[in-house]
Amino acid sequence: MAKRSAPEVNAGSMADIAFLLLIFFLVTTTIEVDSGINSKLPPDIPPPEVKIKQKNIFTVELNKNNQMLVEGDLMEIKDLKAAALKFIDNGGGTSAEGERCDYCNGARNPESSDHPSKAIISITHSRATDYETFITVYDQLVSAYSELREKLAQRLYNRSFKEMEAAYDDSKSPEFKSEKLKDKIENIKKKYPRIISKAEPQF
Amino acid sequence: MSKFKKKGSNELPAISTASLPDIVFMLLFFFMVATVMRDSSLKIKNNLPSAADTEKLGQKNLIMFIYAGPPSDNYKERYGTEARIQLNDKLANINDIGAFVAAERATKREEEVPMLITALKVDKSTNMGLVSDVEQALRKAGQLKINYTTKKGSALK
Repeated sequence: MAKRSAPEVNAGSMADIAFLLLIFFLVTTTIEVDSGINSKLPPDIPPPEVKIKQKNIFTVELNKNNQMLVEGDLMEIKDLKAAALKFIDNGGGTSAEGERCDYCNGARNPESSDHPSKAIISITHSRATDYETFITVYDQLVSAYSELREKLAQRLYNRSFKEMEAAYDDSKSPEFKSEKLKDKIENIKKKYPRIISKAEPQF
Repeated sequence: MSKFKKKGSNELPAISTASLPDIVFMLLFFFMVATVMRDSSLKIKNNLPSAADTEKLGQKNLIMFIYAGPPSDNYKERYGTEARIQLNDKLANINDIGAFVAAERATKREEEVPMLITALKVDKSTNMGLVSDVEQALRKAGQLKINYTTKKGSALK
């Protein structure tokens, strides 16, 4: 038998394969975007003099040892969300327009907040409070509001509020920047406005 | 007659391209390793706190970053251990924030200025005193939209 050498495999197209892979990964890689809690600072003008009833303010105080006082009582952070929910959703009185809160599920205790649009959560903290504690507390309060919005969206429109917001911002969805959806989102936001006030540290 | 007879044709052999993929892969790996996503190097520790209810930050070009935290180990001797703020590449003071905001605004188009968001990337251990000083400075500068940048995860331990 004659010796036969194996034919060499043509490797010329390997480069093309590598390039194809490189380009595929270049296109599909998305750099992770930062996420966080959005907030808005009050403008730098002296605040207008308004009388706010004590029962419409939910005070959260943080001291230098990272302990928390809620309405004057010591509380653990894990209980904060439930307390905030109870306060915001109380609906004991009427809004500034004189309307009763017909979508609230609270206890309608006349000693607690009148209406979600009047309920103010006030955070005061010491200069020595840790940022981590503050964010934890702030996150709990924000999530109390999102839970209320979520429930209301389920009741009114039978869909999730998060999903509605995502559909509004997603350029691929059929409801991208849709006016109708915007009205729905605004309606829910108006029913549960996020009013969290942050006082300058005094001590 | 001659013993050294030329065999076959006289053509030049084709250059082997078998090593081309290796070169491409080498390039790929080099860029994979060398790419740094962050545009300014941090001189402070920046261990962000975590929060569950977060929103994504929108367009990258409409965000300015203010970092805060204690100086990292390399800079401890020069700057001490007290928490500081960092704007771009330099450690700065609270009164530099106004100028920083103005400079950032100058690089944006006019209609984009109201959409600017300040992302506060603050280390967990920082005192709230520094954070509220930053916030007051931002209020003075009229830059009201802020975002407390956090890691994703439950904040409750």
